Amino acid sequence: MISTLFKSFKLTVAFCILFSVCYIFILWIFAQVAGPNKGNADVVELNGKIVGAANVGQTFTQDIYFWGRPSCAGDGYDASSSGGSNKGPSNEEYLAEVESRIDTFLVHHPYLKRGEVPAEMVTASGSGLDPDISPKAAYVQVQRVAAARGLSPEKVMALVSANTEGSLLGLFGPEKVNVLKLNVALEKAAMNK
Amino acid sequence: MNTELVGSITQIVLMIVLAYPLGMYIAKVYKGEKTWLDFMAPVERFIFRLCGIDPNVEMSWKSFLKALLTINLFWFFWGVLLLYFQQYLPLNPDGNAGQSSHLSFNTCISFMVNCNLQHYSGESGLTYFTQLFVIMLFQFITAATGMAALAGVFKAMASKTTQTIGNFWNLLMKSCTRILLPLALIVGCILIVEGTPMGFDGKMKLTTLEGTEQMVSQGPAAAIIPIKQLGTNGGGYFGVNSSHPLENPTYLTNMVECWAILVLPMAMVFALGFYLKRKKLAYSIFGVMLFAYLASVAINTHYETKGNPMISAMGIDQRAGAMEGKETRLGAAATALWSCTTTVTSNGSVNGMHDSTMPLSGMMEMLNMQINTWFGGVGVGFMNYYAFLIIAVFISGLMVGRTPEFLGKKVEAREMKIATIVALAHPFVILIGTAVACYYWVYNPAFVEAEGGWLNNPGFHGFSEMLYEYTSSSANNGSGFEGLGDNTYFWNFTTGLALIISRYLPIVGQVAIAGLLAQKKYIPESAGTLKTDTATFAVMTFSVIFIVAALSFFPALTLGPIAEYFSIYR
Repeated sequence: MISTLFKSFKLTVAFCILFSVCYIFILWIFAQVAGPNKGNADVVELNGKIVGAANVGQTFTQDIYFWGRPSCAGDGYDASSSGGSNKGPSNEEYLAEVESRIDTFLVHHPYLKRGEVPAEMVTASGSGLDPDISPKAAYVQVQRVAAARGLSPEKVMALVSANTEGSLLGLFGPEKVNVLKLNVALEKAAMNK
Repeated sequence: MNTELVGSITQIVLMIVLAYPLGMYIAKVYKGEKTWLDFMAPVERFIFRLCGIDPNVEMSWKSFLKALLTINLFWFFWGVLLLYFQQYLPLNPDGNAGQSSHLSFNTCISFMVNCNLQHYSGESGLTYFTQLFVIMLFQFITAATGMAALAGVFKAMASKTTQTIGNFWNLLMKSCTRILLPLALIVGCILIVEGTPMGFDGKMKLTTLEGTEQMVSQGPAAAIIPIKQLGTNGGGYFGVNSSHPLENPTYLTNMVECWAILVLPMAMVFALGFYLKRKKLAYSIFGVMLFAYLASVAINTHYETKGNPMISAMGIDQRAGAMEGKETRLGAAATALWSCTTTVTSNGSVNGMHDSTMPLSGMMEMLNMQINTWFGGVGVGFMNYYAFLIIAVFISGLMVGRTPEFLGKKVEAREMKIATIVALAHPFVILIGTAVACYYWVYNPAFVEAEGGWLNNPGFHGFSEMLYEYTSSSANNGSGFEGLGDNTYFWNFTTGLALIISRYLPIVGQVAIAGLLAQKKYIPESAGTLKTDTATFAVMTFSVIFIVAALSFFPALTLGPIAEYFSIYR
C-alpha cells in the first residue's frame, strides 16, 4: 500500500511533466505561430483602436447600432462571468419576461408586425456572450439603424449582406452575422458618408 | 433539407466512420502489437524506470484493482490540497481565491471519478495552475483509468483460462501516451486555428464600441477542451462550457468537439471486436447502442427545432427553434445533437443550457444517463453494458433452458449477484438522493432558504432540476440543469458521495466479474451454447436494459419532465 502510494506520487508527477508541461508547451508554441492573436482572444479594431473581442458579444443599446441577443452573463455581456438564464420552458416568470422583451423590441421597431420578431432577439443565449445574430434578426433592425444614422436603408442592408457569414462550406450549420463586426463596418460607412 | 440537419447527420457519420479504424488501432495498442506511435516507447520506459514500476508484471484482478484504487486515493489528496490552496500557488493572474473545503471536496471527487460536475465557474473558481495541474491532468489520467480497466476486462474476456488480466500501470500509461495524447494534440491545433485562446496573459481589458469596459476571461483553454471532450470528462474551461464563444468559436469547432465526445466510446466497442476476434459480437452491441442513441437524437432534434410552444403562442417568429440558452452560430439542431451525445456518454459538456431545453428533450437527456450504457464513458461505458450482458445471458439462458454461458464461461450465482448489485446501485443512488433533497425542500424550507433556495424554476421543472443533478452525478456525467444553486454544503457533499459510489462500485464489480469468469474453465462452444452475437440476443439485451434501467425511473420522470410536457403542450 505505502509503496504503491509512493509509486503513485512519482507517476503523477511524471504525468504532470508530460501533460501539464510538455503538451501545454507544444500547443502554446503552436498558438504563437498559428493562432489568430498569438494565443489571446481575437480582436476587432476601429481606426487602429481595439473595440472588442471578435468572438465575444457586447452590449448594444443605442439606436445607431445593431443589437445582439439578450444576455444573462453578469449584468449583461460580462465576459468574465459567462452564464445562461437556465429558465425552464414552463416558467411563468420567464415567459412574462419574454413577453415584455417583445413589447420593448416592438416599441423600438414600430414598423414590424409581431409575427416578424425573431425569437432569438427576445431569448437569452447559452453563454450570455453570443457574438452573432441570424441574418433575419439583422434585417428587421435595418430600418431603425438607417433612420438613426441618416443612411439609406439600401446601404445598411448591403452592409448586413456583406457581413453575413454563410454556413460552413455552404453545407453545414446556420448562417450568422457578427454584431460587433457589422457595427464596426457601420461606423466606417458613417464616417465616409 | 436545411443546413443544420445536414450538419448533424454529417457529425454522426464522421463519428462512426472514424471510430472503426480507431478501434482497430486501440485493439493493437492494448495487445501490445506494433503501431506507428512506438516512438513513444522510450518515454514510457524512462517514466517507468523513474517510478520504479515494472510494466511487464502480470496482475491478478485483485492486485489490478488495488493499484487502480490506490492511485485514485492519492489523486484525491493531490486534488483537494491544490484546489484548497490555489490562491497561494503560481499562475494566478486573475487573483482568484481558493475553494472552500466542501467545494474542493466536490470538485476533486468529481474530476477524479471522470464526472466533471462543476459547482463553480471556471473563470473565477480556478486558477491557471489548478486548471492545468488538477483539472486537465485528471481529465487525462482518469479517462485513462477507465480505459485501462476496460483493457483489463478485454484481456480477461479474450483468454481461455487465466489468473491475470494485464498490468494496470502499463495499460494506464499506454491509454495516455498512445491514444489520448495524440488525439488531443490534433483537436487542440484545430481549435487554436479557429480562435480558441491558448495563452497565459490573464483577462483582456477592453473598451467596447459603446464605450463601456469589458473584461474578457481567457487562458490555456485550447489545451483543456480537447481532452475534456475525448476523455468523456466534460468539465468546461469556462463556466458555460462549449456554449462559450471562445471555447467553441465556430460551427467547425462544434463539429470537431462533438465528434470528439463520442469517437472513443464508439471505437472501444469496435476495439472489443478486434481484440476478441469476435467482430459480429461487437457489431451487435454497436447496433443496440447506436439505435438507442439515434432515437434520442431524433426526439431532441424534433422538440428543439420546433421551439417552445409557450413562445409560439405569443405570436412571434420562432423558426430558428427554441433559442433560449442556445447560440446563434450553432443553432438548435446542433445543440439537440450535442445534448444526446453528451448524455449517452458520460461526458457532460454542453453547448447550450439543458435547463432551458423542452420537457421531453430534458427527459431524454436524463434517461440516457439513467440507462448509462449506450456507449458510455471511455472504458467504463462498455463495462456497464457488460454487466447487463451478463444479466441478459443469465435470463435468456433460463428462458430457453440452456446453461448461461458467455464467451465460453459459465455465468453463476456469484457473478450474477455482483452484476445485479451494480445494475441496481445506479437507480438506488439517484432516487434516494432525489428523495432526500425533496424531503428537505418540503419539510425544512428554512434549511433550503439558508442555502440560497436551490431551485431556479418552480413546479415540475424544479423537481427535474434536482432529479437531473443526482442522475448526472450518479452517471458520472457532470452536465446539469445549471439553474440549480448547487455550490452549497448539501449539494457538494451529497453529490460527492453519489459520485464516489457510482464510479468505484461498478468498476470494482465489473473487473471482478471479468476476473472471476477468466479464472473458470473454458467450455468450447457446442450446439447447446446460447449464441450471444445474434440480432435476437441484441434485442434481448436491449429489453433487459430498458426494463431494469429505464422503468425504475419512469415514476420519477412522470413527476418531472412528463408532467411539465403536459402543462405546456395543451
